[in-house]
Amino acid sequence: MRSHIAFWNILMKDMKTYYLKPPNISWGIIFPVAWTVMFFVRSETAIDIRGILPGVMSMSILFGTTSMLAVTITFERRQRSFERLLLAPIDLNLLMLAKTTGAILFGIVNAAIPVIFASFLTSLSGINWISAFLSVLLMAVTSTFLGLFIAVAVREVFEAQTFSNFFRFPMLFLCGLFIPVTDLPKVLRPLSYALPLTYGVDLLKQAINYEGHINPMISLVVLLSFSFILFALSLRNVRRKWIY
Amino acid sequence: MKNIIEVQDLTKNYGDFAAVKGISFSVHEGEIFGFLGPNGAGKTTTINMLTGLARITSGSSTLLGYDLALETKKAQQVMGIVPDESNLYDELNGFENLCFAASLYGMERGKREARARRLLEQFGLADAEAKPFRAYSKGMKRKLTIAAGIIHEPKILFLDEPTTGIDVASARQIRNLILDLNASGTTVFLTTHYIEEAERLCHRIAFIVGGKIVKIGTVDELMSQAQDETIVQFKLDDGRAAGLDQALQARFPEFRAEFLSDDTLRIHSPIPISLMPFIQFFDEKGINVYEAKVIRPSLEDVFVKVTGIEIDKMSKEKEHRRR
Repeated sequence: MRSHIAFWNILMKDMKTYYLKPPNISWGIIFPVAWTVMFFVRSETAIDIRGILPGVMSMSILFGTTSMLAVTITFERRQRSFERLLLAPIDLNLLMLAKTTGAILFGIVNAAIPVIFASFLTSLSGINWISAFLSVLLMAVTSTFLGLFIAVAVREVFEAQTFSNFFRFPMLFLCGLFIPVTDLPKVLRPLSYALPLTYGVDLLKQAINYEGHINPMISLVVLLSFSFILFALSLRNVRRKWIY
Repeated sequence: MKNIIEVQDLTKNYGDFAAVKGISFSVHEGEIFGFLGPNGAGKTTTINMLTGLARITSGSSTLLGYDLALETKKAQQVMGIVPDESNLYDELNGFENLCFAASLYGMERGKREARARRLLEQFGLADAEAKPFRAYSKGMKRKLTIAAGIIHEPKILFLDEPTTGIDVASARQIRNLILDLNASGTTVFLTTHYIEEAERLCHRIAFIVGGKIVKIGTVDELMSQAQDETIVQFKLDDGRAAGLDQALQARFPEFRAEFLSDDTLRIHSPIPISLMPFIQFFDEKGINVYEAKVIRPSLEDVFVKVTGIEIDKMSKEKEHRRR
């Protein structure tokens, strides 16, 4: 069995069917612009594009990846077309990786769009691009697997979207995007450090503006651990709930 | 004859509920094996266990020697599965759907494209290959789903209710396709609630009720087991059958005569009937015999007798569930 053929075709099918559809392309463009305008309105002064870039990139990744999994997994499961994949001679780990790779790439592209916009408005010199890419990649992977965890835990697409918001919005406000973690009330700080986005945002801030306060190695280990745990839990749920 | 599937004491429990209760059967290579039963009988649960979509609670099952509990992925490589609902991708067209299905089995691009085109031609869907699946009629969807099930040339094809909910002409085409597939060497495991479909297509049939197999055998075996008397029907000169009652009883006291109409007579017997004495009897009476035939019980009669379930009720339930 040539598994790479199955992997590649599942990824390409999802790309064609879901990710490269006009609504998703426009989402990738409109979402960062909308957040940038929101920051601008909030600041009431000249906007620091480079200052808000890590935040806009992080939100684009988080919302882009977690939203898509509700469609590519939950919707297909509801339509029973996911059964077709479960009945194919593909290892379940590989199958779920194929189904999530599209979302990871979508997250990375979503993060690149604000960078492209920003390049026209401000200087991006001095950015540690390797570190920035690694941060984006790790955030995309972790957010995708969080989306996967939610997608396999529910039955309906609307439940996946609702459940996603339950995670997404508290994460946004506690991860240091709007208020630095060090300025959060002491009681909320442990919660902030329990969120994967905190580490991703910190890595990205460090790469773009040299403002991070967590050791990058710790962030790296924490994000990888979150990814591994969320993927393992998702697979466990698929085995328990879908191969019943 | 080589067995392609062997099932021993297969059981599936959902909590306290036993969906399948220790069933045992085998499917011979090259045959069409039918699974017939009402809703909730355990047909789909059994298929799910055999195809890897449900875990086996206890018992054993092998497919071409692969243990289905331990070597599911190896077994899936040689099986094709057509679920009771057409579950291809609405956004992809017919050709893309088939190519995608083939890629899941690791088929190279050139090979899968050639096979997809051949199947579209064979299934009469070549003109619709560029149409999105969502635009297909129910019958076309069903045909394409079957084509997707055999794209990788499986040794055995699982067909779950292949003709339910589609028009008569499409159902007929699909039945012929199933026979063609079988003739080309594919073993078929078929579930259906259409008893005449099972009778027409299947070499052997298992009746499953309440999670248990209550009868299994070839169509002839099932019918002969249910046949507790021989019935011969005679077609005579119009108006001549009436009035023969006493004469027949006097001449053939061991048989029972039943007059269906003025020209139709049935003879019931607990033992096989020789036709010659009856022909002679009618000849002596100057009555012409236009037809003499042995009336066999239908598979429907056998099913009703064995399971106590009325077929009409079973069909209506299924159609209602689909709607």
